[in-house]
Amino acid sequence: MGNENKPMKLAYYPGCTLKNQATNFDVSTVSSMAKLDVEVEELDRWNCCGTVHALDSDNVMNRVAPITNMIRVKEAQARTEGMASEFMTSCAMCYNTLKRANIDVKQRADALATINDFLSLETIKYEGDVEVLHLLEYLRDRVGFDNLAKKVTKPLKGLRVASYYGCLLVRPKEVAFDDVENPMVMENLIRALGATPVDFSQKTECCGAFHTVGKPDVIAERTDKIMGSAHEEQADLVVVSCPLCAFNLDFRQDDAKRLNPDFHNMPVLYFTQLMALAFGCDESALRFDLQHIDPLPILKTRGLG
Amino acid sequence: MDTTLRITTARAERGFVAKIEKISGQKLMACYQCGKCSAGCPMAAHMDVLPNQIIRLAQLGMQEQLLAARSIWMCVSCLTCNSRCPKDIKIAEVIEALRMTALRDGERNDYLKIMELSPEARSVLPPIATISAMRKLTF
Repeated sequence: MGNENKPMKLAYYPGCTLKNQATNFDVSTVSSMAKLDVEVEELDRWNCCGTVHALDSDNVMNRVAPITNMIRVKEAQARTEGMASEFMTSCAMCYNTLKRANIDVKQRADALATINDFLSLETIKYEGDVEVLHLLEYLRDRVGFDNLAKKVTKPLKGLRVASYYGCLLVRPKEVAFDDVENPMVMENLIRALGATPVDFSQKTECCGAFHTVGKPDVIAERTDKIMGSAHEEQADLVVVSCPLCAFNLDFRQDDAKRLNPDFHNMPVLYFTQLMALAFGCDESALRFDLQHIDPLPILKTRGLG
Repeated sequence: MDTTLRITTARAERGFVAKIEKISGQKLMACYQCGKCSAGCPMAAHMDVLPNQIIRLAQLGMQEQLLAARSIWMCVSCLTCNSRCPKDIKIAEVIEALRMTALRDGERNDYLKIMELSPEARSVLPPIATISAMRKLTF
């Protein structure tokens, strides 16, 4: 991992929700990376990733927002010593949308030329030369889970954790950095933190995503099924990498309970919060106060609260 | 008695098929109706026309039935169908093309009317939810 004496510098794209409802995801990302001696530098003037990748093949307009962020990475790289032409995001939706737009313009020179023309006021042209990384991918491939395990000061012994991937980390296969049907990267991270990974049937099933806006009844059904499956396997909590999944699986549990009186409430945390907890970070890096279902009772039961 | 039934696509319908194929970038006739897309669809329970049926109707150019289907608005683009299709047809892209056709044609015809939600309902939503819903369900 780079120079022994100097921390590595990594460009970081937080995304909108990490600066709003999901600040717990933001602070736990930055704090746990600091414990791994990786200095994350938030991109200057980053903008919306576009949230969803437009699937219509004639769409160029919706690639402008994600590609503008690639230019911001080039700018950061130009002024920062030791920064590679890549950036990391911990939000699964930002990752998916930015990565897909990047793949798309690398394959379609005409679309990239149109976007560069549109962005003619930028001082740098984008040439398809930035790489998009998800934090889990970075931890696995650059840090290594063995190295990561050495930084654990408070092993999460006895904690049973179900890893929920949802859609955006594994589909489509062009953006997946693990097996599409049975990814294991989060389970391997959980194990490195000293916790017990719990297998459950719904780990790559969709949470219902944006239907939470207009059709919360649909989300209640999805949340009941997904969280119910984790409960059946005696998980203590579920970890996620997407703030939209987190909202649906955590905050919509009240709706799931109304739909199914036998529904059991269970905390939903970001994987970065578990890392920060195992690395001994304090409450300011965890922000458990922002969870809907309080994780402290189960953490206390396991001697971790 | 001649019992032959010929299923043909009329000229007007062929234009619609070509449009959907162009916007989606997919070859509709590649589908052989195995049904894997519908089997794995997390929204199938909320659909009036199942994903494999959407492809069949699209092959036949049945514009009216497709654009009136609740299904095109229920698809969340989770891409489970795409990743399991043995013919590598991107069903979600076909559905996006149908949504785009409905949203782009004629008068503004948003499926989601966000201002009709109560201020309380809107205030709890994270931006990732609101923006993705509007990107998918409004013009």
